[in-house]
Order: sequence, then structure tokens, then C-alpha cells
Amino acid sequence: EVDLDERLVELDLRNDSDIPDIPPATDSTPEILKRALSGLSARWKNWWIRGILTLAMISGFFLIIYLGSFMLMLLVLSIQVKCYHEIITIGYRVYHSYDLPWFRSLSWYFLLCVNYFFYGETVADYFATFVQRREQLQFLIRYHRFISFALYLTGFCIFVLSLVKKHYRLQFYMFAWTHVTLLITVTQSHLVIQNLFEGMIWFLVPISSVICNDITAYIFGFFFGRTPLIKLSPKKTWEGFIGGFFSTVLFGFIFSYFLAQYQYFVCPVEYNSETNRFVTECEPSELFQMKKYFVPPLLQAVLGWETVNMYPFQMHSIALSTFASLIGPFGGFFASGFKRAFKIKDFADTIPGHGGIMDRFDCQYLMATFVHVYITSFIRGPNPSKLLKQLLILQPEQQLSVYKALKSHLIGKGVL
Amino acid sequence: QESESENKLDGETASDSESKSEFGGSPPVPTSDDTPEVLNRALSNLSSRWKNWWVRGILTLAMITFFFIIIYLGPMVLMTIVMCVQIKCFHEIITIGYNVYHSYDLPWFRTLSWYFLLCVNYFFYGETVTDYFFTLVQREEPLRILSKYHRFISFALYLTGFCMFVLSLVKKHYRLQFYMFGWTHVTLLIVVTQSHLIIHNLFEGMIWFIVPISCVICNDIMAYMFGFFFGRTPLIKLSPKKTWEGFIGGFFATVLFGLLLSYVMSGYRCFTCPVEFNNDTNSFTVDCEPSELFQLQEYNIPLVLQSVVGWKTVRMYPFQIHSIALSTFASLIGPFGGFFASGFKRAFKIKDFANTIPGHGGIMDRFDCQYLMATFVNVYIASFIRGPNPSKLIQQFLTLRPDQQLHIFNTLKAHLVDKGMLGTLEDA
Repeated sequence: EVDLDERLVELDLRNDSDIPDIPPATDSTPEILKRALSGLSARWKNWWIRGILTLAMISGFFLIIYLGSFMLMLLVLSIQVKCYHEIITIGYRVYHSYDLPWFRSLSWYFLLCVNYFFYGETVADYFATFVQRREQLQFLIRYHRFISFALYLTGFCIFVLSLVKKHYRLQFYMFAWTHVTLLITVTQSHLVIQNLFEGMIWFLVPISSVICNDITAYIFGFFFGRTPLIKLSPKKTWEGFIGGFFSTVLFGFIFSYFLAQYQYFVCPVEYNSETNRFVTECEPSELFQMKKYFVPPLLQAVLGWETVNMYPFQMHSIALSTFASLIGPFGGFFASGFKRAFKIKDFADTIPGHGGIMDRFDCQYLMATFVHVYITSFIRGPNPSKLLKQLLILQPEQQLSVYKALKSHLIGKGVL
Repeated sequence: QESESENKLDGETASDSESKSEFGGSPPVPTSDDTPEVLNRALSNLSSRWKNWWVRGILTLAMITFFFIIIYLGPMVLMTIVMCVQIKCFHEIITIGYNVYHSYDLPWFRTLSWYFLLCVNYFFYGETVTDYFFTLVQREEPLRILSKYHRFISFALYLTGFCMFVLSLVKKHYRLQFYMFGWTHVTLLIVVTQSHLIIHNLFEGMIWFIVPISCVICNDIMAYMFGFFFGRTPLIKLSPKKTWEGFIGGFFATVLFGLLLSYVMSGYRCFTCPVEFNNDTNSFTVDCEPSELFQLQEYNIPLVLQSVVGWKTVRMYPFQIHSIALSTFASLIGPFGGFFASGFKRAFKIKDFANTIPGHGGIMDRFDCQYLMATFVNVYIASFIRGPNPSKLIQQFLTLRPDQQLHIFNTLKAHLVDKGMLGTLEDA
């Protein structure tokens, strides 16, 4: 019986160059594309495949947006599961641990637990009225944290019971790998969904800014690139970085202007219990009402206008695009370093010409958290439905005293 | 060497003979004898087996005495102690990582680990402190801004560390650097979050801090004693010294201990009252009207036990019923934290986490069973004991928009009318 732990003890101490490469993944380009492009040289063929798939992804994106918030939520969930699967599979390949007892089941179990916890915390708030009506759901909501914790503990105990002699180190590695992956993929995806519920514009503008930065940095690099940016990614250049930054800010600015006009994108997503559907209808907040801004004297000479009509949101979009261009790429460098550390070319082969889903989403990694933190810090106050939920849990006497306090406040303000 | 291994009475670490044979190529973590000279001299006459017993015994008493002293000193000191323990545990686990990967000289990495520890602590302390010191924070201008944009500032600090990590990646060391990055984050997840949950529990009332920790310690000691005197059937391959007799005996002994300790503690306000910060005196106070949990109630004894005990009713604090849940968790699930730590030590071929406490190992060795307990107590309190804080809810309400406020008000009104708390819609 092979002592895997002994092997790992030696491997862990070795230099990167001594670690054997993971066998390259197979080419999953569909046959039809291959035949259509068989005439072209390899370089152009690659360009075309990438181009076609890019257009396919963008069209898919527009289609899902059209279908509404619920479909978007499902899409985010599917992407999260796929990213998780890709990273875990890399772990298996790195450690040759595909046959480890229980481990595949345990990884999926932990994914389920953490998703259950997060969905219970966030989504339940939005479906408050739906939940109030059903008794069983009320119980699940009330003791949600306890139930989630009990589920997680079960997984933890099963892990401890599954520890096998000579495989300890391997099992601990996979345990840690699973948890770090959960931390990265699952928390990000839930923050994305929370941003989405704040208003589709908070979902669309950041993601598009990152994609735009990717594309424009590449184009600027292609035409003007000369000074390398970082040793990790030798193809990135300073010209591409700076050009991408300015283009992305401009793009974000213009894109926000278009989206801010439609209630569909601007209003928080709410669940209508009568029609049992998601609705996005509201009185647009001040962020999305045109205001007159004075153009600073510097720009007055350039532009020729004294004032300009803009949405306040466009100012925020500058912050979002700036983050997407300056810090977002660090997510990409992190993923590049990770791929070099574990000697893999792409995360997976899901998308021909592009690699895996993680390859497309590595720059989005930090963006979702930033947008969420930005919204909670600068835009929105506390969440009304969550507040309501907590009020309804209080003891009746406490509810009565809170009611009286609220009533006097509202009368004082003249709302009642 | 073999006889020496049998003298090791600590059931939680891997047996000496096994770990020594597995050392193989990797150099063992140096295990120097930390016992203070005075103890060495006093015990020089006894055989090594009894000497070990005495050293462990003396250190155990020293730790328990220290525990009592800091309880006496109050919540602020306790909080500081928890913080120190957390830092030491973090240091121990990170050092193990360095030893495993021989990565002590990795560029930036020691600095980065401590920086991340600082960031995460800043985030958690900011969140807790803002809640408890609300009025103090609102008064001082710099604190107010720090508290208002707390999440953003914490995130910015973390991002700085992340970017530094990316910029510090060095060719031929990528894998190692990613390992240490992962190791740091998992350690933070385990150590720092637990310590903050402990502090939350502490602020709920010192009894919520003392009873769980004492139950885990009691279970440790009781399981060991039962195992020593009656132990025959091994419990789990990971820790060959644990036995079923010890496990079950420890369980019953711990539940009984929990009941008795809770009874004694529930009588004192300093243990049962939530810790509050008094703005006028600028100090912590534990003074309140004890909640229902800590008021004696008459319970009817189930018929089964009446014949055994001889009483028809008994006067107990409701909290003692909760203590049964806490002790049960400490005895049944707590040990899994210990097994996890044993597996970890075997995986990385170390005997103890460190050598801080003579005869006992490192701080982590003492706290491995506490690992899950703090989270359980926190989840238990949030689910079954305390509801949301009404004044905090009112504060949040005041920051909403008028239309949102009206919506909430009307829903609450309809709810209260439904429950019959308000007469009719017109009366309200």
C-alpha cells in the first residue's frame, strides 16, 4: 500500500520546477467549428474560435438579462457550481486524490451546506411574505442558523471519521482546498446575487466594466503594447493597462447613462406575493434622476458646455470602473500565479478557445465584493425586509413598545 | 526509548512510538524540555513516570488558578486574554506551516501573515465594538467616521494585503506561496472567528463563557479518569488512548458538573448579566435585573425519576436545562475537535503544536476541543435565547426612507392586530 503522506512530505519540500506537470487537457472544440475553419492557418483559426465564442457568450448574457432576475439568479448559481467543480477537480489532479474515500461526496456536501446557509439568509428576506404563510418554512427560517450549523457539523464529523492512516496529509489538504474554494466561489456568488437584488444595474455595470477592461486592455496592448507590466503575465503591458483604464471609465459612464433610464434595471427586485413573480417597479431613487452638474472650468474649455445633465449614478460608475481597471486585474494575476503554481494551462476546457468558466471569471472575483461593500457603505441603508423579519420575531410586548415608538416618530415627521 | 513512550499520559497526541518512526526524512520539530528548573529540582527524586504526572498536575492547577484570577478581574481583562490566546494559536499554526514547507525565508510572507491577522481582527473588533460602545463611538468624531465606513476600510486594508501577495509571487516558489496563503486563510478562519464568537458569548453574560469552557475541560479530565480506571474498548483509531468507557463516563460526569456549576453561578449577577459599557463612568458594568433564565422555578420531576430521587418537585434555574444541552455538546461533539487536531498532528508529523506549556504542549493543544464549542454556544444563543435587540432595530428603522418606514409600520400594525395585541384598526 502506497504511503501517500510520505510522498507528499517529499513533494511539499521540492522546488516548483521539480513538480511534474499535470497532463494537458483535451481539445473540446466542437466538430462543426473545426470543419468550418479547417481552411485557415492555426493562428487565425484560434482568433475566429475565440471571437465566435465571445459573441456567443455576450448574446447568451443579453438573453438571460431579458429573461429577468430569477433566471439571472439561476445562472449565477450554475456558474458558481461549475467554478467550484473546476477548482476541486484541479485539486484532485494535483494530489492524485480522486479515489480518496468519501471525499468527492464530502466536497459536494459542504457546497450544499454553505449554499443552504447563504440562500436562507439572503433569499428568505426577499420572500418574507411568501414564507409567512407556510408553517414549515417558518420553522426552517427561525432556526436557520442552528440547522445550517448542524448540517455543517455533520460533514465535519464525517470528515474526522473518514481519516485513513497514510492518507492524513492528503485528506487535510483536500479539506483545506475545499474550504478555501468555498470561501472564494460561494461567498462571491452570493454577493453578486445581493447586488443583483439591489437593482440589475448594480449587476450589469460592474460585470460589463470588467469584461470591457479585459477586451480594451488586450486591444491597446495589441496595437501599442511595449512595456511589460508584471512578470506573472508576460503578455500584459502598461500601455494596455492604462488604455484599458480610460476606455473602461468612459464605457462605464456611457453604459450607465443608458441603463439608468429604465425602471427595469434601476429598481430593486421585489417579490410580489399576489402574482408570485419578481417585479422591478418603483419610484426611481435620487441616484437615477437627472441632475444638473457644473462642468469644472478645466473641462469647460475642452467640451464647450457650462453645465451637463447627468445621473448621479454615473459618478458612482466611475468608482466602479476604476476598481475594475486597477484592482480587478490583480484577480487575474492571482489566477495566473495559481495556474503556474500547479502547472496547469487553463482551469478547465468548458469553453473552447477560452478555457474554463473560472478563466472567464477570475477578474470578477474581487469586483463583486467591492460592489457589495460599496453599496453598503455609500448607497443603501439597512435592508427593510430583513428589519421587518427581525421585528416579527420579537416578543409581543417588545413589538408593542416598538410599534408605539415608530408611531410617535412617524407622526412627528408628519408621515402619518 | 520505548518505555519513555508509555509514560506519555496525554491521550490526545499521537503515540510516541508511531510518530517517531514516521519522522523519516523530515527533521522533527525540536522538542526541548521547557519545565522550569525549580520544578525539575523538586521532582528529581521521583521516577520519570511520576515526575510527568506531577508536572502535568501542577501546571493544570496553575492554569485553573489563573482562570479564576482573570474571571475575578472582569470582562475587559478576559477579552484581552482571549485576544492573546488567539494570537498565540495563530502563531503556533503558522509556524507549523513554515516548518512543513521550510518556507521561513519566503519573501514578505511572515509580514503578510501578521498583516492579514491584523486586518481580520480589525474588521471583527470594529463590528463588535461599534455595537457595544455605540454612544462612545458616536461622540468622538474620528471614531464615528471609522465606524460609518468600517466595512469599506476593512476591505481596502485586506485588498492591500492581497495585492502585496500577488506582487510578491516569485518564480519557482509559486506553489509554496499559494500553500502558505491558503494555510494563513484557513488558520484565520479557524482561530480568529472562534475567538470573536467567544467574546460575543462573553458579552452576553460571563456564565455563557465560563460554563461551556469548563464543561470542555471537565470532559477532558473526566474522560481521562474514567478511561484510566475502567477503560477497555478503544474509541477511534486516530487517538488510540481514548476509550468508550471514558467517553460515556465523561459524558455523564460533565452533564452533572454542568448542572451543578450552573446552579452555583446563576445566583450571582456578575455572571448572569450582559456586559454593558457605562458611558458616564467609562467602564464596564454587569448589573441588571436577571432575566427569566436565572430565576428559580419549580419543576415537576418526571415519574421515572421520582422514585429514584424521592422528591416530587425541584427548584431549578431554567438555565440549568440549557446547560444540559451545552454539556452534551461538549461531551459528544467537542471531542471531534480533538480528533481533528490529532489527525492534523499526524498528517504533519508533529507531536505537539508547540512547547509553550510544560507537560501539555502548546496553547492549541489545550484549546483544540474548545474549537467547535464557541461556535455552538453562539449559534445556540442566537437561535434559542436572545432575540434581536429592539433598540437596535429602532435605530435601523430611523435610517430608512419614509416610504419604507411606512410600509414596515403598516405591516407591523397588521401583525399586531392579527395577534389581538391592538384593539381594532381604528384604535391603533
